[in-house]
Amino acid sequence: MHVPDGFLDAPTSVATGVVAAGGVAVALRGARRELDERTAPLAGLTAAFVFAAQMINFPVAAGTSGHLIGGALTAVLVGPWTAVLCMTVVLLVQAVLFADGGLTALGTNTTLMGLVAVGVGYGTFRLLAAVLPRTRGGVLVAAGVGAFLSVPVAALAFVGLFAVGGVADVPVGTVAAAMVGVHLLIGLGEAVITVAVLGAVLTVRPDLVHGAAYLRRPADLARRPAPVETDSR
Amino acid sequence: MGAGHGGPLGAGYVAGSGPVHRLEPHVKLVAVLGFAVVVVATPVHAGWAWAAYAGYLALVLGAAAVAGVGPRRLVRGLAVEVPFVLFALLLPVVARGPRVDVGGVSLSVSGLTAAGGLLAKATLSVLAATVLAATTEPRALLRGLERLRLPALLVQILGFTIRYADVVAGELQRMRVARESRGFRGRHLGALRVLGPAAGSLFIRSYERGERVHLAMLSRGYTGRVPAGPAADVPVGDWLAALALPLGAGAVLASGLLLG
Repeated sequence: MHVPDGFLDAPTSVATGVVAAGGVAVALRGARRELDERTAPLAGLTAAFVFAAQMINFPVAAGTSGHLIGGALTAVLVGPWTAVLCMTVVLLVQAVLFADGGLTALGTNTTLMGLVAVGVGYGTFRLLAAVLPRTRGGVLVAAGVGAFLSVPVAALAFVGLFAVGGVADVPVGTVAAAMVGVHLLIGLGEAVITVAVLGAVLTVRPDLVHGAAYLRRPADLARRPAPVETDSR
Repeated sequence: MGAGHGGPLGAGYVAGSGPVHRLEPHVKLVAVLGFAVVVVATPVHAGWAWAAYAGYLALVLGAAAVAGVGPRRLVRGLAVEVPFVLFALLLPVVARGPRVDVGGVSLSVSGLTAAGGLLAKATLSVLAATVLAATTEPRALLRGLERLRLPALLVQILGFTIRYADVVAGELQRMRVARESRGFRGRHLGALRVLGPAAGSLFIRSYERGERVHLAMLSRGYTGRVPAGPAADVPVGDWLAALALPLGAGAVLASGLLLG
């Protein structure tokens, strides 16, 4: 799902590269706010998790299987800025170690799967989380819808870039319809997997879920009964 | 880590000691990036485009031969292209312009050229990047990116990812063995009740490992910066050898633009 070299013309690639570099620079500052000086090890290990999680094949239906992309899930788990960094690092690793996604298209891929997917996923999550009931179910629904939308919107952004900087004269509407149609299905899978993983983390370690911080309440301190004064003298 | 480690990250690396293996990583990165830029800059609809692609192909296969990267490794590298092949196949069907009849299907001429061009460019760049990945260890690539002035914090994050990706993937693999030895077969959606929590605990374990690594680093005097040794000088000959690939491609492109 990574844009290879040559799909978009040079000006578009350069423009998305500038956008990606700006976004990553902002994310580097933002991540320091989310994780302070623990940024490097925690973001690094989270990126390693995203990398590994993308290798899990989830059976979807009728013999097909899909894997997680993880933008929305990571944003809800560790916060949007750290998630942008994690996705960027995963894309960088895939581009230089596996030739997956072109080097000149790195900016495009980072913009689409880092900035757009994480931004849409997390933005939707926050909007819905504000209206939905403040419960575990509310968090899961919000994250699921965010994950679902993040995929077709990123695909739509790609079609937009292709319309501007593509090398073929195609009717944008047709390509957009085909891409969005396919990615609605992929988004459905993404939503299901995101909810399953997030639900598991919420059950075991709700304190680790950045996006569910508002569910946390200070622990009720049980009052100890005052020691009974016994006069033993 | 790295060569012969067997983890997913080292899988792309082919151990060797040829001339390409010995080049400094940042030199190779610049060369492959330059090659990709030239390939991308080639106009798709020019009449000489296919001659240029053939020239690039000869260059990148030559580089692979010098590097000792075999044809099987190159073909394995091409597997990443598959989703975009599907997208490229869509182009001739939907693109506008004059159409031709191919086997009873009406296809757009400009769409065919564009799809062919896209596939050729993507394939050429993937081949070059495969040669890079096959001759450079992950850690060396990290050093190369650092010398190319990637922001220090991003280099650190990338360093932790590269160091621990094999550890995290190994944990995933052990979970899979444990599941399957207990009779688990993920065939339908119900498997999510098992795979979701598995991925969830993988996240928790990764995050907690990050916290432990951070504490361990603090106890060894970590201040937020990882010291790096002095960078080695690169002889001019090495630069010339590495840049032969993009410069050769540039010469092909220039002659196409001038003569075509």
